[in-house]
Formats: sequence, structure tokens, C-alpha cells
Amino acid sequence: MNAPANIKAFDAKAARADFEILSRTVYGKPLVYLDSGASAQKPRVVLDTMRDFAQTDYANVHRGVHYLSAAATDRYEAARETVAKFLNAPSVDNIVFTKGGTEAINLVSYSWLAPLIQPGDEIVLTVMEHHSNIVPWHFLRERAGAVLKWVDVRDDGSLDIEALDAAITPKTKLVAITHMSNVLGTITPLADIVARAHAKGVPVLVDGCQGAVHEIVDVQALDVDFYAVTGHKLYGPTGIGVLYAKKAHLKAMRPFNGGGEMIREVSKDRVTYADPPARFEAGTPPIIESVGLAAALDYLSGFDRAAVTAHEHDLLAYAREQVRQFNWLRVIGDAPGKGAILSFEADGMHAHDLATILDREGVAVRAGHHCAQVLMERFDVASTSRASFALYNNRADVDALVEGLAKARSILI
Amino acid sequence: MTDHALRELYQEVILDHSRHPRHYGVLEGANHKAEGYNPLCGDKVTVYLQLDAEGRVADIKFEGKGCAISQASASMMVDMLKGRSQAEAEKLMTGFLHLVKGEDASDLPEDDRERLDVMGGISEFPMRVKCATLAWHTYKNAVEEGAQ
Repeated sequence: MNAPANIKAFDAKAARADFEILSRTVYGKPLVYLDSGASAQKPRVVLDTMRDFAQTDYANVHRGVHYLSAAATDRYEAARETVAKFLNAPSVDNIVFTKGGTEAINLVSYSWLAPLIQPGDEIVLTVMEHHSNIVPWHFLRERAGAVLKWVDVRDDGSLDIEALDAAITPKTKLVAITHMSNVLGTITPLADIVARAHAKGVPVLVDGCQGAVHEIVDVQALDVDFYAVTGHKLYGPTGIGVLYAKKAHLKAMRPFNGGGEMIREVSKDRVTYADPPARFEAGTPPIIESVGLAAALDYLSGFDRAAVTAHEHDLLAYAREQVRQFNWLRVIGDAPGKGAILSFEADGMHAHDLATILDREGVAVRAGHHCAQVLMERFDVASTSRASFALYNNRADVDALVEGLAKARSILI
Repeated sequence: MTDHALRELYQEVILDHSRHPRHYGVLEGANHKAEGYNPLCGDKVTVYLQLDAEGRVADIKFEGKGCAISQASASMMVDMLKGRSQAEAEKLMTGFLHLVKGEDASDLPEDDRERLDVMGGISEFPMRVKCATLAWHTYKNAVEEGAQ
């Protein structure tokens, strides 16, 4: 793939030191951050880059003729280039900056699919989607009569590809699927999914908010039609995300937000629009954030990604092994090859009580429905606790989690 | 210190209420009802009320699912509200809300204060205050808007 020549071996211990926040304490205990699936911490280089940019080259983009405006525009467009490379998009013109992954998916729903939908048309989803890849399609169900077709997962959380294939009918307009479940950790077989959908002439949208963090993404090899990403899970800032889309789709899409920067010409009775991606970037974009995102992607791409993944998988396997000693704990999601997320339910202990006790031990986990209520229903749980691992975690973090779990049990039961 | 706060929060009275909630179930003949839901954590509480002609809480039950704090708080609430007038209930609720936020709750009658004191530990856990107040807001909703 398009790996930079200056790739360095992944040293987990050294990488951890890049994240200053991890050296802080909470309630007098070392912070054990196991909530990167919700939002990742940012390495120093991301924060420094944003600050440096703001202090040296910042202005609005694509407007002024002055020096700083040109400098800022260069950085903004260079960030687009970095994103294109990260996803191996054919061109920068495939990359639309959004305010996050949610907006990227909503953009496809509103601008691409809504005008095509006829009552009775179908959208194929899986039960493990995040609400951000459900609700935009509910809009089309409510407003245009679209039918949502749900593909189940197996009890271990893996996707039944044959069931997905069977769900795609001549009425299907889109398959919308996650790359990696934010609850189960399941990685979906995208190449196979896309091949089967395309064989029936159906485009595929991928929610890559988790997947892009843990897997190497090559949108051309996968041949996906849309791929949505958010910056803050990728060790970058909040307020920025990306929609990758094939050019033909972008050309077909109507504008979403109207305003500055997305037009060619505006008069009293007429408006024409800029070409994509500018057409979809109305208003002043997240400029500093774009530079931060580029720094984050450079940071991540600077490592041997396979080694990063191996490190995360080692933590997951270790955690999985450690919690086996608790016969009162049930892990939800054991799909083969899953990513580094451990969700679980504990007998007699509600996830929020558990999370409160872990918190006092310095251990940050997510508790609740994880914006995946359809999946909670599938596994018949109201909520789960979730530990999600990132490149900066280590086995001591897992040990703290395990000790915290034992302690919670002693307090609550 | 940390342990103390946790043990304070999850003391035996609270765990007992959450494991063995009082007055749990559907109240036949309820003339007021409301459902409370905390979308953040999925805590659910349904409060069934029978208010008499003067608005006194003649009978009250609840059903619910959720964390120990939300369920214990609901259980304690129904236990304490039964037989109260609206003015008394209102006063109890105000005092309770002050208590769980760590504010001055000295206007609570002595008896009530003593019983509710076990919930005081929640004030150390601001993220969990909503769990404790869910049942009370649901009660208020049942009275004001939940006539059946």
C-alpha cells in the first residue's frame, strides 16, 4: 500500500509517552483510559501542530488574497491530500470534510439517497449499527416510505454474510454497514459484502468511524461507494470528519447546507454550485481541526499499522483471558478476528454502577447502550460496559480493569 | 477516601432497596401514571399513583429497570410518599433534590431527613444524580400530567 518510506517500528511504550493526558491521575489514581472507542486521546504532535498552525498560518480559507489566507488554504487542502492518502482514495476530490462521521452519513442520506427513494425501496442495515448509521435511514423511512431491512448477527457477534446477501433484493437502494462494531468489535468482511452488493447493482456505504482506527483502509481495493470517518476517534480533534465518496456519486448529490464557499454564482433568481467536494462544504470549515486531523493521520501512518493492530489484539486477548475467571461476567461479542473492544454484562451489577466503581479506581470505561439500542435488543440487554483499547494502552491497564471488576463485585454483591 | 465515598454510595440500605424494591408492580386502579426514562443509561421507571379527592397519595407503586441508584431511589420514594398530601410530597421532593446535589436540605422534617440521608452519598457523584432523581421527576410528572 501507499506506506510512507519513513515508517517506524511500533514501540507501544514510547507511543504511550506521546499522550500526556495518560500521565495524569484521577481521584489520586493513575488514569486508565479504556474509552477510546468513544473518543481517543490526542498525541502531543496533534496538539502542537494545531497550536502552531493557529499561531503562524491561520486565516479563513479559499477567500482572501492575502498571505495568511493562502497559507491556511494550502494547509487545509494539504490535509485533504493526507486524508485521501490515508484512505487510498483516487483523488482529493473524493474527500469531503464534514463535522464528523455522523454528518458524513447524514450527508449521503440527505443529498444522495433521499432524492432517489421511492416508497417501498429498501435500505439494508445490520443490527450492530451505531445510531448514526440508523437514524439517517429512519428519516427516509419516515419521510419517503423507505423500508429498513435488518440483517442479524450470529450469537458470537459475527455477521452472517449469506443473510446479508439474501436481504439484498431488486428493491434495495443501499447497503449501509459498519466496518467495525462499536460494541461487539466485529470486523465486517467489506470486500465480500461490496462484491455481493455490486453484483446486484447496489452501492455500499461503510461507517468507518471505528474501522479506520484499527484497520488499514483502502477504499479503492474495497471498492466501497461511501466511507465515513470521524477525526476524534483517530487520535485527532473533534469537529471534523470525512466522507469519502466515488466521484459519480458526488456529482449526482444535491447540496446539503447552503452558504458561502459551496457556490459558483449567486444572483437574485439563480444559483449555481461549485464542483464537489466544495459543493458540500458550505460555510467556514473546521480549518484548525483539518490540520490537526492530518497530523493525527500522519502520526498513525508513521507506525507499522500491522504492529499497532497486533498490539491492540494482544491487549484484547489478554483481557478476554483475564475476565474468564469471573463466572458472573458475560462477554458480548466474540467474533473471530474482532477488533480491540470488550463489551460485557455482569450478573447483578448494572453497567452504570460498575462504571462508577471502576471510575473511582481511575478506570474509564463506557457504560450504557453505546448508541446501539437495536443491538442491545438483539442481545437482550439494557446496557453493557465496554472497554475499548487503543495504541497507547498496555497490559497494566487491563490489570487495573480486572482488579476494578473484582472490587465492584465486592461492593455491589 | 475513594473507598469511603463508594461505600457511602452503595451502602447496604441502598443495595437492599435495589435488590428488593418495595411496592413494586402495577397499581390496579391507579388514577395517575407516568413513565420516566433516562436515555443516557436506559434507566426506566413507571410510577402508578392513586390520588384521593384532596390529592393525597392514597396508594403508590412503581416498576422499573436500571442501575442500583435509580431503583433504590424509586423504592425509597414510594415507601415515603404513601399517605402524604401534595404539599408534603412537594416539600419532600425539594429536600431530596437539595440533598442529592449536596445542597442545604435542613428544611426537611427530621424523620424524613434521617431516612433520606442514605442517598446523600450521591452528591459526591455528579454524573449519577440523574439516576437518583429520575423516580421523583416521574412522580411529579404523574401528578401533573399523568391523569388516567
